[in-house]
Amino acid sequence: MATIDIHPQTSTHHDDHGHEHEHHHGNFWTNYVFSEDHKVIAKQFLITGMAWALIGGVLSVLFRLQLGFPDADLSWLRPILGGWLTPEGKIDPEFYLALVTMHGTIMVFFVLTAGLSGTFSNFLIPLQVGARDMASGFMNMLSYWFFFLSSVIMFTSLFISTGPASGGWVIYPPLSALPQAMQGSGLGMTLWLVAMALFIVSSLLGGINYITTVINLRTKGMSFTKLPLTIWAFFFTAIIGVLSFPVLFAAALLLIFDRSFGTSFYLSDIYIGGEALPNQGGSPILFQHLFWFLGHPEVYIVLLPALGITSEIIATNSRKPIFGYKAMVGSMLFIAILSFVVWAHHMFVTGMNPFLGSIFTLLTLIIAVPSAVKIFNYVTTLWKGNIRFTAAMLFSIGLVSFFLTGGITGIFLGNSAIDIQLHDTYFVVAHFHLVMGSASFFGMVAGVYHWFPKMFGRMMDEKLGYIHFWLTFIGVYLVFFPMHYIGIAGFPRRYYSWTNFETFSGFADLNMLVSAAAILTLSAQFIFLFNFIYSIFRGKMASANPWNSNTLEWTTPRHPGHGNWPGEIPTVYRWPYDYSKPGAKEDFIPQHIPYSETPESNLPHENELVKLEMNDNAIVVEDKKHH
Amino acid sequence: MMSLIIGLGVVLVLAILYLIFRIGNLVSLVKGKKDEDTSWNSLNAYLFMLFMIAGLIGFFWYSFAHFDSYNLPVASEHGVVTDYLFWVTMAVTVVAFVLIFIVMFWFTFKYRYEEGRKAAFFADDHKLEIVWTVVPAIVLALLIFSGLRAWNDITAPASKDAVVIELIGQQFLWTARYPGVKDKQLGVHNYKMIDASNEFGLDLSDANTYDDFKSLELHLPKGQEVQLMIRAKDVLHSVFLPHFRLKMDAVPGMQTTFKFIPTKSTAEMRAETGNPNFNYEMACTEICGRGHFSMKFPVFVHDSVEDYEKWMASQEAWLKQNPEYLQRVPPELRESAMIKAGIPVDSKEAIMATPVTVTLN
Repeated sequence: MATIDIHPQTSTHHDDHGHEHEHHHGNFWTNYVFSEDHKVIAKQFLITGMAWALIGGVLSVLFRLQLGFPDADLSWLRPILGGWLTPEGKIDPEFYLALVTMHGTIMVFFVLTAGLSGTFSNFLIPLQVGARDMASGFMNMLSYWFFFLSSVIMFTSLFISTGPASGGWVIYPPLSALPQAMQGSGLGMTLWLVAMALFIVSSLLGGINYITTVINLRTKGMSFTKLPLTIWAFFFTAIIGVLSFPVLFAAALLLIFDRSFGTSFYLSDIYIGGEALPNQGGSPILFQHLFWFLGHPEVYIVLLPALGITSEIIATNSRKPIFGYKAMVGSMLFIAILSFVVWAHHMFVTGMNPFLGSIFTLLTLIIAVPSAVKIFNYVTTLWKGNIRFTAAMLFSIGLVSFFLTGGITGIFLGNSAIDIQLHDTYFVVAHFHLVMGSASFFGMVAGVYHWFPKMFGRMMDEKLGYIHFWLTFIGVYLVFFPMHYIGIAGFPRRYYSWTNFETFSGFADLNMLVSAAAILTLSAQFIFLFNFIYSIFRGKMASANPWNSNTLEWTTPRHPGHGNWPGEIPTVYRWPYDYSKPGAKEDFIPQHIPYSETPESNLPHENELVKLEMNDNAIVVEDKKHH
Repeated sequence: MMSLIIGLGVVLVLAILYLIFRIGNLVSLVKGKKDEDTSWNSLNAYLFMLFMIAGLIGFFWYSFAHFDSYNLPVASEHGVVTDYLFWVTMAVTVVAFVLIFIVMFWFTFKYRYEEGRKAAFFADDHKLEIVWTVVPAIVLALLIFSGLRAWNDITAPASKDAVVIELIGQQFLWTARYPGVKDKQLGVHNYKMIDASNEFGLDLSDANTYDDFKSLELHLPKGQEVQLMIRAKDVLHSVFLPHFRLKMDAVPGMQTTFKFIPTKSTAEMRAETGNPNFNYEMACTEICGRGHFSMKFPVFVHDSVEDYEKWMASQEAWLKQNPEYLQRVPPELRESAMIKAGIPVDSKEAIMATPVTVTLN
């Protein structure tokens, strides 16, 4: 195998398709471990994220066993769970809370934030804007390794004798501040806070890089109005993250002070374990405000990248331009702004001033409008398309379906008067698992199926993808749809068992169904895992542009090296959604094809642009016209 | 041994599955697969239709057939209002949901891939976009304003003649404190005065504490406004009265409150549900530790205000149950404290001689 020399800027070598792998300068450590190549870092995030998803999924099945089959003898799990099982072979109630807490933390932060943004912002931003790499490859590498360190600490906390953090993923003090209140608030909570602090560092390093790259490193001709919706989504996501994660950092820091240095930011008038604590004047509500100031934007940090990915996939596989490109960008911008002023809808019944409740009801229901616009635009994109159901497309349609099903229940929860009854019941669990959890997860999986050929140079098996999709799609609905009924009946979340209450004594059947469906859904992910690993090594060879897609990443060779394009970076002439353009020879015209080459399909105003393409200033002139 | 056999069995099955997959791949490679792709594509489109129809049937069937199992009867005035809002919102959203659901899956079916067909180049339509921005905005505005009106009523200050009851959450039980019938005022409390007996942390220099009494059951009058004063001793808890559509967190260091009017007594609810053993219950809905799921507090609604007052009058003041705490009462107030608490005044000397068993902080 020849060594191909790919230096950014200077290289003129072309990719040799006969070779399995690119070999560039440097050794194993600099190429695969401490790599500064955004594509390698993306894969590192992806694989770490997948490992976390598996752990998070297994934890959820464990607590679903307790909820669905409360009388089952789980002694066979003793080799894994050891002392966390009671002598009768049931899950310990405190460990149950630890499972719920860690499931939430892992899924929200480690899978759907780091795993999703980390993978696809990293992989796609330079490739789709036409850049050699991120603005700072070094910071990008640090971003992954901070995440890795954070992961190691969080993972370690699962195995300590007092158990991991157990106060819910929202870690509300005083419960999370007082080791007397529960075991998990001891060392487990300390590790949680340290891990999250490192996680925030990682997230900020990544986010700043994404923003800088999008603003500064777009290739010639790539104006903002020609950016694929994926990039818009990653861009907004990064901005939201950079603005909101520091607030969580502050919240966590103050909690660390309260826990370890005797301050009273969140603690006041507490009598616990037979003694009155000296702390006075603090407010647990303060923590909730700070937490949800990140916590709510976090929902969109998780969701927007998934929406961006599906916009791209749905347009490509419908062979149609995305409907309402500007409306899509506008609604994402609007969602991004509003996401900062709706946080207190998580706090209607916390004792917060009811007037604030009114304001947040108003703002919350406004955010439903751009969300609805997005759904309508997706559906209209399908209309009169020529739809190819690739695995990625199936998962994207699944996302829209979840976004609709779960989004619509937000109209109940955002209305403070209705939320009084529904708050902290299974209705909420159903709502956010569909609209945010499952939707984002589907976006992530869709992204893997779609960009796998560019990541690994091979195709994933489509039929296994179909089986994976149908099992997961139906499984997810069977898990979360019944929870609406359970929630309307008032069943509170984070309950180890409901049998103490006559009011909550029903629905053993639905809970069993939910648990069985959860096991099915988790099992189906092993098909994906197999497909993923198998296809890396033995999948069918991919062509450079297997989906006939328009965006720039498909102009790179099958195995793009460090620097992405062996020659010059292509210039961009058109928006990314020229699919099925009337008159065109093919049903797609990639972004780097100038209008002068497509006289047969140009629209009148595009013919004007042909003249401008001739001189060097073309792009600048066209830009001015846009703004 | 058994688990070894099971393990081997699983490995064998996985190996067979892998082989089938591998052979299938090779066969399809040999056959060439243009037609096959289109039929797989259509299969997915048909499955989406099947999913849509089966899903909607399942949804409507369960929602109607099992209505009584998930719809809790309502027993408060504001609960009727919020339930109404809930079902109006349900009607609006279900219509929107079903329409979009059908249209979306119909499109996936109708416009599935066909060789040679070209998709429409349809990039935007301002009229359409304005319509579907404005229509949801109007519908949402209507929902918001009816919701806000209800919210403002619910959270408005309680009237002066509301019955005041204090609920205290702690790991992992609830207690209720009632103002005595003599002064109808809750006495002052201070968390630093809490001890094993003085669980409310009553500040006995306040005369209003003397006739306060403790209850391990929440008693409510029917048809009378009740104001719950809610607090927590250790961590967050949350008062949840599902039948009264009432929820409010209990926060250490901060008083929270919720006012409501119960409309059905326990006896009436027993008749309505046809369940002679029916009891109202109160639960905790804010994660508070190991015993979170077990914080049940029984609730009883009296048939009338008179009935409720009769029950009130029959309760013993906390101070009467813990007479040794008279020593904490300022000397000049002791006599009136004894009268208020219903302690015979002639037992004063004996009480003052008994040592308080718990040392106060």
